[in-house]
Amino acid sequence: MKLNLLKNIYREFFRIRTIEEDLAKNYNDQKMRCPVHLSSGQEAVAAVFSNIVKKRDFAVSTHRGHAHYLAKGGNLNKMIAEIYGKEDGCSSGKGGSMHLIDLDVNFMGSTAIVGNSMPIGVGLGLSLKIKKQKGLSFVFLGDGAVESGVFYEALNFAAVKKLPVIFICENNLYSVYSSLEVRQPKNRKIYKLAREIGIKSEHCDGMDSLKIYKCLKRTISETRRGKGPQFIEFSTYRWREHCGPNYDNDIGYRTLKEFEFWKKKDPLSKLKKLILKKSPGQKKSLINIELSIKKEVKESFQRAKNMNFPKKSSLFKDVYAK
Amino acid sequence: MPNKNFFETNFSNAINNALEIAMKNDKNVICYGLGVTDPKGVFGTTTGLEKKFGKHRVFDVPTSENALTGIGIGASLNNLRCVMTHQRVDFFLLAMDQLVNNASKWYYMYGGKKSVPITIRLIVGRGWGQGPTHSQNLQSWFAHIPGLKVVMPSNPYDAKGMLLSSIYDPNPVIFLENRWLHYTKASIPKKKYFVPINKAKIVKKGKDITIVSMSYLTPEAIIASKYLEKLKISSEVIDLRSIKPIDFLTIRKSIKKTKNLLVLDTGFKFCSVSSEIITSILEKNHKILKNPPNRLTMPDIPEPTSFGLTKHIYMTHLEIISKVLDILKINKKYLKKLKISKPKFHDVPNEGFKGPF
Ligand SMILES: Cc1ncc(C[n+]2csc(CCOP(=O)(O)OP(=O)(O)O)c2C)c(N)n1
Ligand SMILES: [Mg+2]
Repeated sequence: MKLNLLKNIYREFFRIRTIEEDLAKNYNDQKMRCPVHLSSGQEAVAAVFSNIVKKRDFAVSTHRGHAHYLAKGGNLNKMIAEIYGKEDGCSSGKGGSMHLIDLDVNFMGSTAIVGNSMPIGVGLGLSLKIKKQKGLSFVFLGDGAVESGVFYEALNFAAVKKLPVIFICENNLYSVYSSLEVRQPKNRKIYKLAREIGIKSEHCDGMDSLKIYKCLKRTISETRRGKGPQFIEFSTYRWREHCGPNYDNDIGYRTLKEFEFWKKKDPLSKLKKLILKKSPGQKKSLINIELSIKKEVKESFQRAKNMNFPKKSSLFKDVYAK
Repeated sequence: MPNKNFFETNFSNAINNALEIAMKNDKNVICYGLGVTDPKGVFGTTTGLEKKFGKHRVFDVPTSENALTGIGIGASLNNLRCVMTHQRVDFFLLAMDQLVNNASKWYYMYGGKKSVPITIRLIVGRGWGQGPTHSQNLQSWFAHIPGLKVVMPSNPYDAKGMLLSSIYDPNPVIFLENRWLHYTKASIPKKKYFVPINKAKIVKKGKDITIVSMSYLTPEAIIASKYLEKLKISSEVIDLRSIKPIDFLTIRKSIKKTKNLLVLDTGFKFCSVSSEIITSILEKNHKILKNPPNRLTMPDIPEPTSFGLTKHIYMTHLEIISKVLDILKINKKYLKKLKISKPKFHDVPNEGFKGPF
């Protein structure tokens, strides 16, 4: 893979990681007064995706949607402001961390009810087809969403209509504190389930940027060529607690051993090593990338903290469109 | 001296205790829902039950709200008594088909052959930016459907007694728990007892105005009524407890005495339980009141997430007091005299709460 591409992936990856970790760091100031679901540990898919997706493509996501919003090019300042409940937030402070949107880059919304953005993404796909518009619709989902009825219904419709939709399932083994064991049959392969519903599907290691790139590149270009919907299951792992800024390996729903096994796979440091092995001279350049991202993120937090809350009058605004 | 037949507890433990008693007494009672066996045990309400009663009767489930409601209905047709739990009302909306088209009417539409004794515990979110899809108070939706019973206990005593009544009721019961009430404490009986699902409770006697409240608004109404006493206004606070069936008798009796009515409702205003109460009272006797009735509800807007926005719409004893003065046409300057201090943060149940859930 070209060095430049690797560096671009690294940049995006480092940026998402920094933002998520800074959210965790700042959360205890008690100024972000809404639930947050961080993607730390499982950002690789989003970082790679960001280097393949086109602006005209649509995307929707879930309660754990920061990484997807950012990867699609969503405005950082507006996301941080939204999480702080401020007036310049991407949803004007109405939606919080779980309801992100940036129409400038066709990030059409993340939603807080499990499974509930899947058909929205399929509907966006339908609109592309009916309007003969170029572009794809990306649907991000977790392993938990597979258990909801709408999973079947959304995939079924996408298959019947051969819609330009790509489902990206980030299987992190857990839904809140419930492991897959108590939720899905033992030998279930989510991607095979999708295949049986009628959607071309595959599985990919979600902790390996190169594998993710190959997989996404191929599937996306196929769907762009009109080959119909695709489904990819990525194996991944979240580091922090389900909701909130802390680690929760002490409460007993997963083992420290398991956590460390996955943490060791950290695809961000792996990617950095790969770049430096390929071209040791890049060290300075990577440091510069990191510094500028840290600065950007720091400023964004500062900006959000200093901003005003929405005006009282905005409470009653936007209940209906004019 | 502490009474040995009572124990000091909080709302979530009272729920846990009711479940334990029901499961101990009746092996047909089962309990399931997302997270019931996880380390947090649905805010402590199900902690320890799996260990006591085994994984066949207490279990975690897939994220399949609609199917699992239907599954509960099916199991109850063979005489199991299912207690299903959801961490937010909003998640249960996926199950409206099974609830409304099946559970609520099964008994009626098959000519009274078989009823559905299912209990559905729904937790209502509040505070800490729960936002538009984690904080809805939809009691009026459920109350609208013939065949459903709907309860909203406001304290640990009623929580235990009403949950036991719900479990043994032959009908589907929607059991709504406000997240903030989970922390409230009381001393309650250790033994099994039932609080009926059709009786409101007068939690404070008074003669100048009747305040009808529900769920977390009841403790607020009690605080308000204490302040009002300082202004020599005597308010009678009625805790509905049961939304459906609703105890109009108790409400009417009280209004006959006070001739004034304020209804507090945690839901949106339009087509709310408060609408129903005021209409029904006036329908029967439009001269029963001296002053026009009034109500406090959530405004007809989705609940926003921002701390800066919810602070304008979260109702406390202050708004209740102010509304009572309005109804009784008493000068608001007296409000200032009360020197009521507001909590620093409107969006947390207590100072120890640090988010995020
Ligand atoms: C319909 C519904 N049920 C339950 C919840 C509570 N809930 C919030 S996030 C979550 C976990 C979902 O797991 P998964 O889809 O694997 O996503 P992850 O959190 O692992 O990213 C659950 C159950 C919800 N939001 N919506
Ligand atoms: Mg998951």
